[in-house]
Amino acid sequence: MLNKEGIAKRIAKEVQDGYYVNLGIGIPTLVANFVREDISVEFQSENGVLGMGPFPFEGEEDADVINAGKQTITTMPGASFFDSATSFGMIRGKHVDLTILGAMEVAENGDIANWKIPGKMVKGMGGAMDLVASAENIIVAMMHTNRAGASKLLKKCRLPLTGVGCVKKIVTNLAVLEVTNEGFLLLERAPGITVAEIEKATEGTLIINGEIPEMII
Amino acid sequence: MIRKTVSNVQEALKGVEDGMTLMLGGFGLCGIPENTITELVRLGIKDLCCISNNAGVDDFGLGLLLQQRQVQKMISSYVGENDEFERQMLSDELEVELTPQGTLAEKCRAAQAGFPAFYTPAGYGTEVAEGKETREFNGKMYVLEEAFKADYSFVKAWKGDEAGNLIFKGTARNFNPCMCGAAKITVAEVEELVPAGALDPNEIHVPGIFIQRIFQGVDYEKRIEQRTVRKHT
Repeated sequence: MLNKEGIAKRIAKEVQDGYYVNLGIGIPTLVANFVREDISVEFQSENGVLGMGPFPFEGEEDADVINAGKQTITTMPGASFFDSATSFGMIRGKHVDLTILGAMEVAENGDIANWKIPGKMVKGMGGAMDLVASAENIIVAMMHTNRAGASKLLKKCRLPLTGVGCVKKIVTNLAVLEVTNEGFLLLERAPGITVAEIEKATEGTLIINGEIPEMII
Repeated sequence: MIRKTVSNVQEALKGVEDGMTLMLGGFGLCGIPENTITELVRLGIKDLCCISNNAGVDDFGLGLLLQQRQVQKMISSYVGENDEFERQMLSDELEVELTPQGTLAEKCRAAQAGFPAFYTPAGYGTEVAEGKETREFNGKMYVLEEAFKADYSFVKAWKGDEAGNLIFKGTARNFNPCMCGAAKITVAEVEELVPAGALDPNEIHVPGIFIQRIFQGVDYEKRIEQRTVRKHT
């Protein structure tokens, strides 16, 4: 089974040379730490920066330079700042190559829910609805089941939707899956995890074609 | 040169009344009009509708207005950092219109640029699109969103000149440029107010035509929400 870093490491392998990438809050943020160093990638943060770098050294924090998670950051050579309308122009206009975000639920048709639990938690969607409605290449990073042990890969989302039919790939602590017209296609198993364990943790339709390889991370 | 300077925050906020709709720039606590918020609290103006990406934290930013129950309605995209906000919202004391962040920015920009409405794919098929017109373009579905209508827009810039021209710093830019000229009156507070001619026209982010009043802000706290650092190795 993978931990959060493991999920981030596996997703980092999806990042290709020349990609502009938007990373959501949580596990997706960790992806930046594991991207190969021999490729050129720029990270976009929707609050208005392209070319995000690592956290600043202690004492060098600047309140005017943060990411979408409100964390202090630095910028890389070639970075730029811009306003929010321009930032979402990049996203809506499909100039960002890859979007990686977290989710509470994903349905087998690619629907995603990640912004609201009615009556309990209402933090808002932030930029997630714009991102999922526009991006062509969306990877969801999440745990396969919730804290109560219930599957987060469902036939149909129960929580209010963030977007419809938009998720393409999911990387969880148990597996890598692709969203297809027929359901969740199992691509890879996490180290030490059996197909039976993945089946048990998946409520939606799971498609198993032949031998499923263990992921290499 | 058309002079936009006013001497202080009191003069800058003249005409703000109960029940008005205000736009406030900022992302989290970054780039918020701190002086304006402090003065709005002091004036005790209430029943406000505030358009701002976030709602501050419990004891800073827009959270200060919420604490005093001066806000009747908030239009935001993300409000997760404010417990008092969540409490008021879940108990229906506060009306909240959650709007996708890109839509929020574009509703400001549309108001600034004279568009009554625009189509966006964000929120299609979700509760955000309920009751709104939808339309297909090139095989994809879009939601019709209308431009904001606001009485005042309050923005914060790094540098500004007497003519109202503005320059922002870092990610403190965020929603501020989109809100300039998006309300009947736009008020800019700046860290450094300089004479006309002192800023290079090539480097202006927002031209002064969008600004009605500009003043030199004081005592910026610029609180950091999440101080994340790495150790020297």
